Amino acid sequence: MASVELTNVRKVYGTSVEAVKGVDIAIEDGALCVLVGPSGCGKSTLLRMIAGLESITDGTVKIGNSVVNNLGPAERDIAMVFQNYALYPHMKVYDNMAYGLRNRGMPKDQIDKRVKDAAQILELTHLLERRPKELSGGQRQRVAMGRAIVRSPKVFLFDEPLSNLDAKLRGQMRVEIKNLQRQLGVTSVYVTHDQLEAMTLADTLVVMNAGSVEQIGAPLDIYEKPASTFVASFIGAPPMNLVHVTADSTGLVLKDGTRIGAEGLAVPAAGAVIGFRPEDLEVAAGSETHIGGLLLELKVLGVEPVGAESYVYGIVGGERVVVRVAGRSISETGDNLRVIIPKEKLHLFGADGKRIPPAG
Amino acid sequence: MASSTRVTFPNKFLPYLLLAPQLAITAIFFYWPASQAIYQSVLREDPFGLSTQFVGLGNFKRVISDANYVNSLQVTVIFSMATALIAMALALLLAVMADKVIRGKGIYRTLMIWPYAVAPAIAGMLWLFLFNPSMGTLAYLVRSAGYNWDPLLNGDQAMVLVVSAAAWKQISYNFLFFVAGLQSIPKSLIEAAAIDGAGETKRFWTIVFPLLAPTTFFLLVVNTVYAFFDTFGIIHAVTGGGPGKATETLVYKVYNDGFVNLILGDSAAQSVILMIIVIGLTAIQFRYVERKVHYG
Repeated sequence: MASVELTNVRKVYGTSVEAVKGVDIAIEDGALCVLVGPSGCGKSTLLRMIAGLESITDGTVKIGNSVVNNLGPAERDIAMVFQNYALYPHMKVYDNMAYGLRNRGMPKDQIDKRVKDAAQILELTHLLERRPKELSGGQRQRVAMGRAIVRSPKVFLFDEPLSNLDAKLRGQMRVEIKNLQRQLGVTSVYVTHDQLEAMTLADTLVVMNAGSVEQIGAPLDIYEKPASTFVASFIGAPPMNLVHVTADSTGLVLKDGTRIGAEGLAVPAAGAVIGFRPEDLEVAAGSETHIGGLLLELKVLGVEPVGAESYVYGIVGGERVVVRVAGRSISETGDNLRVIIPKEKLHLFGADGKRIPPAG
Repeated sequence: MASSTRVTFPNKFLPYLLLAPQLAITAIFFYWPASQAIYQSVLREDPFGLSTQFVGLGNFKRVISDANYVNSLQVTVIFSMATALIAMALALLLAVMADKVIRGKGIYRTLMIWPYAVAPAIAGMLWLFLFNPSMGTLAYLVRSAGYNWDPLLNGDQAMVLVVSAAAWKQISYNFLFFVAGLQSIPKSLIEAAAIDGAGETKRFWTIVFPLLAPTTFFLLVVNTVYAFFDTFGIIHAVTGGGPGKATETLVYKVYNDGFVNLILGDSAAQSVILMIIVIGLTAIQFRYVERKVHYG
């Protein structure tokens, strides 16, 4: 068990392709840190650098309190669960789990005990004599987990471990991984592109984009205070609505020229982006003018009832937005829908995409 | 094969017509000589074909009890095993090395495949020119290093020479299959093994080699068949079966007895025995290898 610390870690392929651009992350002992981002953002590369499968161009990776930059994967005392599980197809489940222990010269009876204990935790005991191809996807996933936990490593690394499972099994395994990680208290780094997985698993969430860290924090903090428009549109489903505005002396102007009340928003001269979550609004009943919030009128493009709620897709000032309403929506395609977003639920981002903290 | 649809020809004879050339070639160059060999193998005939006599299995009995035939069988087994093992071991080594090359991968592979395009007799001549004791360039080097190199007199050295030539030619083919086999092993397996604390050598023997087993087995059968039947040209060019009968394989003996010494009955009987061996090897190949091959 150990903390993991990345300091200004960079990865450059060839001479100019910068896959990871100076990343600083500190993960506390026993915490589960999720790296999330779109494909190609460098999250897997970063994980593989922690594992020792990719060289580190610059910066330091510390596990425990020692720098591991120049250690091979075997010497870093980590275990990794791969996306395709990477089970050894010619070995039985038992041997798959025992392989790493045998390579380290552990006595036979100890190996046996560890493998059987791990099998018990993961409910694999009846499968120990099978080969990987005789197992279902979920079982293979468990064996991969088992192979990681028998070693009692300092750090678990997960590289999109659930993306080969169907949606139902994925939800189930997500809970299992979380419980197991809690129970064992092993520091873990988990890579995924699925923001739901990221939100539910993470103690610390790291949102990455184009090789850089966009934001680090607790999942709900990130959800409530996204540091940039990228984070705002990546975390949450459906994502945060973003509406571009410019300010003039009388109020705010939307992209297509529609004027709206400023409502005390301090929009910089260069323009800004107003963000609001689909659920953070109320449908205006009549013709209130009040309000302590931003009044927007959207033209409804379509309605998706999903049972407990409905999503209303619309257009405001030339930009697409989505609104979540409880139960069934009374709006229909072509209607105009007036919504009020309370002032405290509004997010303001500068023209550069960075969050502008509310004044006062 | 789920989507296979039966093609129906408007004319009933057209499919037979289309197959005719291939069938004719098979019949003329395979079935006819094969049946001739079977027919010949139960006859005794003088070299000029003037008198012919039915002898039943007499030819077979004589061939099998002939010390020369037993010698030839031994030579074949040693030659085939050595050729197959060397060709496969070197090809595997080269394939593993080539797998690690990052720059110029394509060039390495292309160059490695060239020897396969060389005809057996030419390959034999090449090795002969290099190692002929009187004019070979490399033979000169070997001798000047103090080694008494003379494959024309020393049977073991002659065997080394034909095995080298035969293996050299087959390395390309094996290399190709091993490269493909190595590529089909997911990289993450190797990485997982590295994390599991297995060093490079250990990874090779515990992960890579076992996963190459189907390829290796397939190549073992193919190489054995090759060493048995396709190396006539090399042996003919390099040693002519000599010195003595040190490099006279079964196939070479068929040629020697039948076409050089004109003992047609014995030669035919030997052909029939070879045919049985081929059938056996093919059966093994089909039973263990073809099962793993799926034709689209």
